[in-house]
Amino acid sequence: MAVLVDEHTRLAVAGITGREGSFHTLNNRRYGTNVVGGVTPGKGGQDVEGIPVFDTWEQAVDEVEPNAAMIFVPPRFAADSILEAAAAGVELIVAITEGIPAHDELRVFNLLRREHPGTRLIGPNCPGILSPGKANVGIIPAAFFKAGNVGVVSRSGTLTYQIGNEIAQAGFGCSTIVGIGGDPVPGSSFVDVLELFEGDQQTELVVLSGEIGGSDEEQAADYIAAHMSKPVVAYIAGFTAPPGKQMGHAGAIVSGSSGTAAAKAAALEEKGVRVGHTPTETAAIAVEVLGGAPLPAS
Amino acid sequence: MDLLEYQGKQLFARHGLEVSPGKAVHTADEAVHVANEIGYPVVVKAQVLIGGRGKAGGVKLAGDEAEVREHATNILGMDIRGHTVRTLWIEHASEIESEYYASVLLDRSAKQPLLIFSIEGGIDIEQVAERSPEKLVRHHIDALAGLSREEALEAGRAAGVDADVLDGVAGALLALYEVWASEEATLAEINPLIVTPQREVRALDAKVSLDGNALFRHPENQAFSDEDEGDPLERRAREEGLQYVKLDGNIGILGNGAGLVMSTLDVVAQAGGAPANFLDAGGGSDAAKIEQAVQLILANDAVRAVLFNIFGGITRCDEVARGLIAAFSHITTSVPFVVRLDGTNDAEGRRLLQEAALPNVSAAATMNEAAERVVALASGQTAGAPA
Repeated sequence: MAVLVDEHTRLAVAGITGREGSFHTLNNRRYGTNVVGGVTPGKGGQDVEGIPVFDTWEQAVDEVEPNAAMIFVPPRFAADSILEAAAAGVELIVAITEGIPAHDELRVFNLLRREHPGTRLIGPNCPGILSPGKANVGIIPAAFFKAGNVGVVSRSGTLTYQIGNEIAQAGFGCSTIVGIGGDPVPGSSFVDVLELFEGDQQTELVVLSGEIGGSDEEQAADYIAAHMSKPVVAYIAGFTAPPGKQMGHAGAIVSGSSGTAAAKAAALEEKGVRVGHTPTETAAIAVEVLGGAPLPAS
Repeated sequence: MDLLEYQGKQLFARHGLEVSPGKAVHTADEAVHVANEIGYPVVVKAQVLIGGRGKAGGVKLAGDEAEVREHATNILGMDIRGHTVRTLWIEHASEIESEYYASVLLDRSAKQPLLIFSIEGGIDIEQVAERSPEKLVRHHIDALAGLSREEALEAGRAAGVDADVLDGVAGALLALYEVWASEEATLAEINPLIVTPQREVRALDAKVSLDGNALFRHPENQAFSDEDEGDPLERRAREEGLQYVKLDGNIGILGNGAGLVMSTLDVVAQAGGAPANFLDAGGGSDAAKIEQAVQLILANDAVRAVLFNIFGGITRCDEVARGLIAAFSHITTSVPFVVRLDGTNDAEGRRLLQEAALPNVSAAATMNEAAERVVALASGQTAGAPA
């Protein structure tokens, strides 16, 4: 199984002709992802190493029938590209682009909810989705992950690689790694992805990696208590972040007394979720719950 | 991007929200000149991006020219909780009958704008929320439809606004929403929104945060960032395009990826250390960028040791090592560095560092080991293990 992307994924990429877009698209194809097309206005009819490029999402859908879209276009064009892919009927949209204005994200989220409720948006400002051995959509370095029974959902890219690598070194693999992104209005929340992992036969445990800002982790805690039968292990970054300062990610900011790491960790622990103090400890708890050998001390 | 009061008031005025006549000044002479122009009494207000300026003596009423000069002289250059006052806002003093509170913000949970309104204004709104939550009207606005006059009137009625100023309050709320929506703010707050004895409704203060990612659509607002005071190192980082936040400790931190850097700060703190900064180098590994980042970290005199935490995903650790070695050919420092390289090509990266034998750089294999060593180095307990 795995969630969101697998061997049935037919991927098309907006911004495929750009430097980053083509690099990562070809990387994804080398991994085995079925890349069926790309979209760049004005470059329809060209190809990127054999991948056909179309002017619009509508044309791409008509010609090559993608069921997943990856968005690599610059921030000021990203909202329109997402909405165009949704209007063309693509059901999964993964937006890698960083720096999209918050009001654009708000408009996109609400338009999708109202007009395209069947479309799922992951990101923006995310590393994408990897189902090891099946498909890679985005920029997650696949070398650190093998197929297995751990689902990972995270607001941060490098932190995911850090935790995933430690789980892999202990001999465990992943069903799917989902980066939901570090922006204030992500298309999908922890709860959306937890719901998918709960319904996925391959996934036996979920690692949730959160950070300061917003209340997505608190909502996840409530959801886990009410709806999850599978164990969830969490990590929260940003205990030392001062209020009012944006820590890199646009969404990583403590506002007054809300959105602190301590409050998030407490909310999760209150609902019975074990929270690791470091990425290493988080991986060790996951391995312990799975009944594996404990990690060597480091 | 947080705006100073007078900048926020410029945006208010742009959208028809009533503010008192006034002007921003930088010297006592200018303050006197402006006060004579707008008429006494005036209020002299420090322009800083931090709360509590009234209690700190940064807001004073002046009845004549001598008082304006005295207050302006005292307040300019004053330090308010780490912020130096460089700008004053001089405005005609208002007569106040009632103080309300109003704000529009981005509610990340509901994924909608949220209007908050209360007739208990003039104080910290979190206190009102705690003491008498029934006095706070919270209304979610449809992000696609915007705020209607009917909704604004209803918010005023629900909060218990006097009937004769209901129209004025609704107008202010509509204008405030307009500021939030069309200037692409993440927060637009008025505290207090006052009612005068003449029953006029007016914004006496302004707190506005604009979305930096949207500034390309608002070239007229870009000038605001130039006056953004605050920490000089953070200012320099902004100019150099680096994601840097100054902290109070003595251990410099550099890493790749916002989440990993935040986590690094936490792990260092858990090991008993105090981070001096947050700095995300992003995915880049070229020498020029690393050198720039290292120079910025070392520009903070408090730094006693530096932790460089890299988990190579797409970034290759051997390239990071090469960048670091090249950067150190231009940097002279006695501050010890602990470099943790893990991930793509990590063994090769650590080998390169060992070969280069940089005098004060040692390599570590794990995040926890690196954190413990850098904390020991910063406290002067131990010499760095050789790379």
